[in-house]
Amino acid sequence: MHIPIETFQLANGLTVVLSEDHTAPIVAVNLWYHVGSANERPGRTGFAHLFEHMLFQGSANVGSNEHFELVQRAGGTLNGSTWLDRTNYYETVPSNQLELAIWLEANRMGFLLPAMTQQKLDTQRDVVQNERRWSMDNQPYGTWWERLPALAFPPDHPFHHSLIGSMADLDAASLDDIATFFSTYYTPDNAVLSIAGDFDLAEARAMVERHFGMIPRGAGKPPLPDMSVSPTFGGPLHAIVPDDVMLPRLFIAFRSPVFGSADYYAASVTSAILGLKKGSRLHQALVREQQVAADATAFTYDLAKGSDLLVVDVTARPTTSPAVLEDAVNAELDRMIAGGVTADEVARAVALVETELIMALQSAGDRADRLSLFATYLGDPGLVNTQADRYRAVTVDQVNAFVRTRLVVDNRASLLYVPRAPVDAPVQDDAAMAGAP
Amino acid sequence: MSDTTPTSGATPKPVPAPSRDYRFPRFDRQTLPNGVQLLVAPVPKLPLVTVLAIVEAGASVEPQDQHGVAALTAGLLLEGAAGLDGAALADRFERIGAAVDAHADWDVATVSLTVLSQRLPDALALVRDLIRHPEFPDREVQRLREQRLADLLQQLAEPRGLADDQFVQAAYDASARYAAPEAGGAASVRALSTADVRAFYAARYQPAGTTLIFAGDVTTESAAALADRLFGEWTGMRPASAPNGIDTAQRGRIVRVVAKADAPQSELRVGHAGLPRSAADYFDVMVMNAVLGGLFSSRINLNLREAHGYTYGASSAFEWRRGAGPFVVQTAVKSEVTGAAVQEILKEIERIRTTPISEDELTLATSYLDGVFPIRYETTAAIAGALANLVTHGLPTDYYDVYRSKVRAVTTGSVLLAAQRHLHPDQLRVVVVGDPAVVVAPLATATGLTPETVAGADSEAPE
Repeated sequence: MHIPIETFQLANGLTVVLSEDHTAPIVAVNLWYHVGSANERPGRTGFAHLFEHMLFQGSANVGSNEHFELVQRAGGTLNGSTWLDRTNYYETVPSNQLELAIWLEANRMGFLLPAMTQQKLDTQRDVVQNERRWSMDNQPYGTWWERLPALAFPPDHPFHHSLIGSMADLDAASLDDIATFFSTYYTPDNAVLSIAGDFDLAEARAMVERHFGMIPRGAGKPPLPDMSVSPTFGGPLHAIVPDDVMLPRLFIAFRSPVFGSADYYAASVTSAILGLKKGSRLHQALVREQQVAADATAFTYDLAKGSDLLVVDVTARPTTSPAVLEDAVNAELDRMIAGGVTADEVARAVALVETELIMALQSAGDRADRLSLFATYLGDPGLVNTQADRYRAVTVDQVNAFVRTRLVVDNRASLLYVPRAPVDAPVQDDAAMAGAP
Repeated sequence: MSDTTPTSGATPKPVPAPSRDYRFPRFDRQTLPNGVQLLVAPVPKLPLVTVLAIVEAGASVEPQDQHGVAALTAGLLLEGAAGLDGAALADRFERIGAAVDAHADWDVATVSLTVLSQRLPDALALVRDLIRHPEFPDREVQRLREQRLADLLQQLAEPRGLADDQFVQAAYDASARYAAPEAGGAASVRALSTADVRAFYAARYQPAGTTLIFAGDVTTESAAALADRLFGEWTGMRPASAPNGIDTAQRGRIVRVVAKADAPQSELRVGHAGLPRSAADYFDVMVMNAVLGGLFSSRINLNLREAHGYTYGASSAFEWRRGAGPFVVQTAVKSEVTGAAVQEILKEIERIRTTPISEDELTLATSYLDGVFPIRYETTAAIAGALANLVTHGLPTDYYDVYRSKVRAVTTGSVLLAAQRHLHPDQLRVVVVGDPAVVVAPLATATGLTPETVAGADSEAPE
């Protein structure tokens, strides 16, 4: 599998990645800004995501709600998303509408602030607070994606705090914050624009230059603090969360090598051996044989800075107590450390990942997003064409070395959800080594 | 703001280039002598193939007292076949990188496979084993039954699932199959036996009720040869047709609060039984719904989210099944605005029935549905899914060739007629999962009815 890639940079620093594919009259435009919740200042948790919402509220030449309407009227799909260290915006449109998508992205990168009003900010703040209630506060286990990074990264680490933000911090966000964040981070030299699908290289290049070319380079963003952490927690971390849930559910996070690094691939294969599909170890042992779990999976966060996290996620059967669940999961991890993995297990994991890598290149939107990802995090979109080889090169010894050093007890941060007792109990935080580096 | 006088150096809005033609992938349709149907869409873009085996074995043909047997039977196909147990089957599929799944929906059961094309013969031979030689071991029947009961238990603490379940109970007559969960409620599932599963399999998994769909890097000839080799000798009878009464609606308005004390948000469902996929005015209804609540730029979303900030999102949908599936508006709003949000929803449903939509609203919906059509079929799974839709609903072979012109033929007048025919304000059921102390009084004001309150998470799993 090899997709064509052409990369260039505008004078203002915008990185542009083009990948042609004429099988259907469709084109995807995908813009990554290298900013996420990690860049938020204290007292403004959730701001990067709130800001993402504001980018759909119009710009100098685009009215409120017109961004969505113009793309949908053109027959396109669109959205945006915010992550710990990046924010992306994307459209897939009929190929004759490519320039519209480019223009919309350029107009809000270059000319957002004239369209910002207090009323729009207040409404989007309400929308985001409802998003928080919907995805976390009123959803069983919904707080896990806030609590797990909080447990796995020390309090002063940029990945520690909540991405969706606290209600109080969201309330505090002002139009001044919008202006400052915009001029600091939403600059061409802090962005990657990827275009994938049915277009002409020279025409697309001319369109990008026409609409983005006059946007001035930024003044430079403040550097993130040192994000490096030790390879393990240095002792087990443990938190119990009583919640409105029916079944106990255990998350265990392990520090693991950052996305794209030489050791990342062995970590990713380990997560697949542990918890990708029904043939994985946790599913076979806990769901099928012992029948203590209703579901068992594992995955990597794919963080590209500081440390990645490998996460095991196991939900109990109704008859399984929290203690039994925890013991059973830990026993499987210990068994893997003691006995190692087999060549067959590695081959199974690599075969599944290989299929997934190819499936992920089917749609223009996914293709463009992968190009932006490799360009933003690793400075080389061409790495998209090397991933299958990287996985195929993973050996049993590499996986076992990862397992022996990273799945150890001293590198387990356990977050255990338990059904709430009739009387509300507070969150118990009995970390054996709270604040480990 | 004007498009022609850009601010401080911004470029003007571009004019679109002429659009390029698009045709839905060509596909071939044939029937094996034993009745197995075959649809093949060769799309050699990437070395991937998706195969769907569609079987006339959905929830709507279950025996009356065996809700959930269709889902259980489909799930069990993967848990033992042709001398291999579930673990061995998973291993055989996964070591060749194949993604396989089996499930039943209301209308049909589906075994789906996506695999690198070079592995197709091996993977499809395994699919043949699942469909033709399943073993239904007692231990696995029991395990998947317990699994389903655990899911139902989980749902009691999950406001969205709880709202969906309570809504269909309010929308359909208690005797209707559509009033119960697709994969069965707790009492019914608990009573299912291995013998029930075997009997359902024997009655429903038949060559004459099975269709194989191939999409991706495969030729018509190679797919037909594979299908013939693996399924050609399968013999059986034609499965019986579906029973009636699966979708009988309840009458009159209902407002029901499902208690979840201290809920920070209310999950809302507003709607009623809708209409079957076979409705003659399907395209009018689809466009009407796009304007009402189907798009981000729809009336309901712009009203509740962008004008009022009540919610993260609000939408409406007709669920298309062979029977009359539900029409439902769904959203989750801050508890304090529950009454106001319901009032806005009722207002929007009334408005689209009484005043024609504007030409601008019509063209937004139709140009979106027309333009987005090629974007829907980028993956082998999406193309195979589109062909499955043809099979399940008996749509004409040229359906996807005429789809876009049918969308463009919808008018403001036909949308108004569709709204008047199929939206029934006097039949609306309003279901709210939320805090009764906060929502009951405002709901009474908003609807003019006294809400009935039912227990939420303390009750038993849905029956």
